[in-house]
Amino acid sequence: MITINFTVNGQKKELEVKGTATLLEILRDELYLTGTKEGCGKGECGACTVIMDGKAVNSCLILATQADGSEITTIEDLEHDGALHPLQEAFIEAGAVQCGFCIPGFIMSAKAFLDKNHYPTREEIKMAIAGNLCRCTGYRKIIDAIQLAARKMYGEKP
Amino acid sequence: MRVIGKGVNREDGYEKVTGRALFADDHSFPGMLYARVKRSIYPHARILEIDTSRAKALPGVLAVATARDIPGMNVVHVVIDDQPLLADKTVMYVGEPLAVVAAETPEIAEQACDLIDVKYSKLPAVLDILKARGKSSPKIYKDNNVFAHHKIRKGNIEEGFKKADIVLEQIYRTPYQEHAYLEPQGMVAVPRYGSTMEIYGTMQCPFYVQQAVADITGLDLSRVRVVQTYTGGAFGGKEDVPSLVAGQAALLAYHTQRPVKLIYSREEDIISMSKRHPAWIKYRSGVTKDGKLTAVEIEFLFDSGAYSTLSSVVLWRGIVHSVGPYNVPHVKVDAYAVATNKVPCGAFRGFGSPQVIFAAETQMNELAAKLDMDPAQFRSINLLQEGDLTATSQLLDHSVGIGDTLKAALGSSNWRDKRKGSGGTDGSVRKGIGLSTVFYGVGLGAGGKQMARAGAYVQLLRDGSAQFAVGTTEMGQGMRTVLSQIVAEQLGIPYKKVYMIETDTSRVPDSGPTVASRATVMSGNALIKACAPLREILLKRAGIILGQDPQFLIFQDEMIHLEEHPEIAVPLMKVIEDCHHHRENMSHEGWFISPETSWDPETGQGKAYFIYSWATNIAEVEVDIETGQVKVLKITAAHDMGKAINPLLVEGQIEGGALQGMGYGLMEEVLVDEGRIINPNFSTYIIPTVIDAPEFQPIIVEKPFRDGPYGAKGFGELPLMGVAPAVTAAISHALGITLHEIPATPERILEAIQAAKKANLNG
Ligand code: FES
Ligand code: FES
Repeated sequence: MITINFTVNGQKKELEVKGTATLLEILRDELYLTGTKEGCGKGECGACTVIMDGKAVNSCLILATQADGSEITTIEDLEHDGALHPLQEAFIEAGAVQCGFCIPGFIMSAKAFLDKNHYPTREEIKMAIAGNLCRCTGYRKIIDAIQLAARKMYGEKP
Repeated sequence: MRVIGKGVNREDGYEKVTGRALFADDHSFPGMLYARVKRSIYPHARILEIDTSRAKALPGVLAVATARDIPGMNVVHVVIDDQPLLADKTVMYVGEPLAVVAAETPEIAEQACDLIDVKYSKLPAVLDILKARGKSSPKIYKDNNVFAHHKIRKGNIEEGFKKADIVLEQIYRTPYQEHAYLEPQGMVAVPRYGSTMEIYGTMQCPFYVQQAVADITGLDLSRVRVVQTYTGGAFGGKEDVPSLVAGQAALLAYHTQRPVKLIYSREEDIISMSKRHPAWIKYRSGVTKDGKLTAVEIEFLFDSGAYSTLSSVVLWRGIVHSVGPYNVPHVKVDAYAVATNKVPCGAFRGFGSPQVIFAAETQMNELAAKLDMDPAQFRSINLLQEGDLTATSQLLDHSVGIGDTLKAALGSSNWRDKRKGSGGTDGSVRKGIGLSTVFYGVGLGAGGKQMARAGAYVQLLRDGSAQFAVGTTEMGQGMRTVLSQIVAEQLGIPYKKVYMIETDTSRVPDSGPTVASRATVMSGNALIKACAPLREILLKRAGIILGQDPQFLIFQDEMIHLEEHPEIAVPLMKVIEDCHHHRENMSHEGWFISPETSWDPETGQGKAYFIYSWATNIAEVEVDIETGQVKVLKITAAHDMGKAINPLLVEGQIEGGALQGMGYGLMEEVLVDEGRIINPNFSTYIIPTVIDAPEFQPIIVEKPFRDGPYGAKGFGELPLMGVAPAVTAAISHALGITLHEIPATPERILEAIQAAKKANLNG
């Protein structure tokens, strides 16, 4: 067992982990943050996307020990005091949600992206979510949602 | 109407965007164990011995179970009872379950599986459907390896071909398709009170799972309760196979008397769970020189895999849809579900129809080309209309929207200009446009008549909110939202005040499976029936309060008022309180039995389905003739679903289904070598990503169904069904070739270009 210290959703955590444990496993099994999903366990679907030090990563590919000292944000941190994050609102309003299993991953990829790019084009949005699979929606409404969220957060391009 | 026809936000949107929605793997119970499954490594072999002693001795292992440890029956019932839960004497496909393990951690369970020693003696395997029916083939099912044979005989096929000026015969092939739902299969079995079993998991059909768990554990149905968790996509892939997953978990829970969680890995899921049947289709049709179809004769084979599961019903839907939405006087169809030593195939959105639709639509386009006719015009000559008879001689008496969808799609896509202006000589890139017209029989039809009923329960509470329960399930398609809209409309309360309880076998009677695009019609009608007595009570009470005859009162804007005098009114909320005060029963049940269907198995004639939905798909593509790469630019899809109860969700169904259909046509292919699936992950089984997704133009056409809730027909499968042939038709248009096999991978396209070049040289 190895001790790691990291910040998850703004809270400092100290955990004893197995050397083989992934970040995804400890988020879900140790910290009960089950909003992050496992669709493949091999870095092929993006359902497990979280933000690590400002970057969207597949948490199934990151060893827990690699997360030592890092700052992690998961889907559970987006809603504050009952108010949804603009991305969450936009996904609902644009009709971008069907089964929902891929959605936390998409929202986290989109958040990391919009935090840096406030006025994205549809093509840029596509590149940002190219690693996230959705089998239900056909993606168009997901792109719509991310565009809508960008407008909600940052307005039109000045 | 207040709520019906409005694109209200999804009822379950909040839970899903916050990560609060609990899917199968998100459920945990005190003392829970983890399960893993030991699987066959051969396609066909005798089992000589399964030695579990080393596995049992591993610390942390609580139970190891084989077929011998099944207290009830070793069978997973679907149609014919040929499939065991755990293989006993022989294994029939690679990945077939042999034993299950429960341990303190998933890692220990995994290790224990590796410690189970299986001794096999290999047997010759049946792998090719074209050889399987031959005399020299090994026999794995009866004396001919045929699980089912269905046929259609309409008119006189020889007569039909005599009347034709042109006859075309062609062989078409379609591949396996993997559902690739993002949430893998998973179940948690929880033993309670010593003699009952509760199941929580991802599924379409809780009543199937209930039956399977009862069969396997030997418990009465009354002691098995199945609760559906949030379900991360299904598309048919969670119709029958969750019964296996639940059976495995329940068997271990039975022996350990502790909760057991079993979540499949992606690879295990792809290897062992159902798929769309690969097909071989011989299609022959005749047409007069003015473009009228005179005869269609079809023979097709479905590769069913090792057990019959749903094959016979999948095949049945296949024959009913095999002629397409066309008026053909003479029809002969023979179809066979063939047993092979491969993974059992089953339900997948479209259920046996996308295969034959690919063949039918490609052939119609080829016929049009031979006649030198625009394929859209060829369609207008032959499409079914009100008053026509289908291939099964069913009279279409209303709600036939195919012509309207064709018109709408042609107009919106600017078909005429684009069809003329195709080809193009911009470097190596060629443009093309193609179309397909398809129909879909809603519900289980005559093939599943005995299950064509549904129950519902509605309770109007003191605070003006309502909760309801149904036996069909939400899997992403939006049923929860649509049904909540129906209840809100019926009871006159705000949509946000309606809540659907998770689907639970203990809440409503067996309502059949959630398949065949049937939930809106079946559960919707059951809910309307459950709301009827509540409406009556509300009106009666309002009448007493207002001193008016209830028959002249109506619901409006959360008020009940006199129809002629809106000022004579009482707030609905006050009426609801009054009802509770006067001890009225404010909870009621509804039961809906589907309209009649009929079928003669000898002739394949009858009223196959109670209603049909209709669609036209138009695909626009760019093809690079040097690389064979295809870029789908746009899909225009016009659908008649009777009534779009929620247009936003309808669009979502159209777009998502179209992309699955595009994947089927262009890239998706499960590769099997000697019975072994060799691409069991998302890096080798490629589904469309956002980069592949085209522009979509969904179009809603509404031809109301008189027995549907607010005229709705149900159509969730239809969006996928005809997209592949529309895409390949567009490729054909771009390149002047014809593709008879999907997926149209770059290799196949380059081959077809080469073949066409050769033919030109020789011709
Ligand atoms: S679960 Fe991590 S990428 Fe699929
Ligand atoms: S909404 Fe189901 S996978 Fe994206």
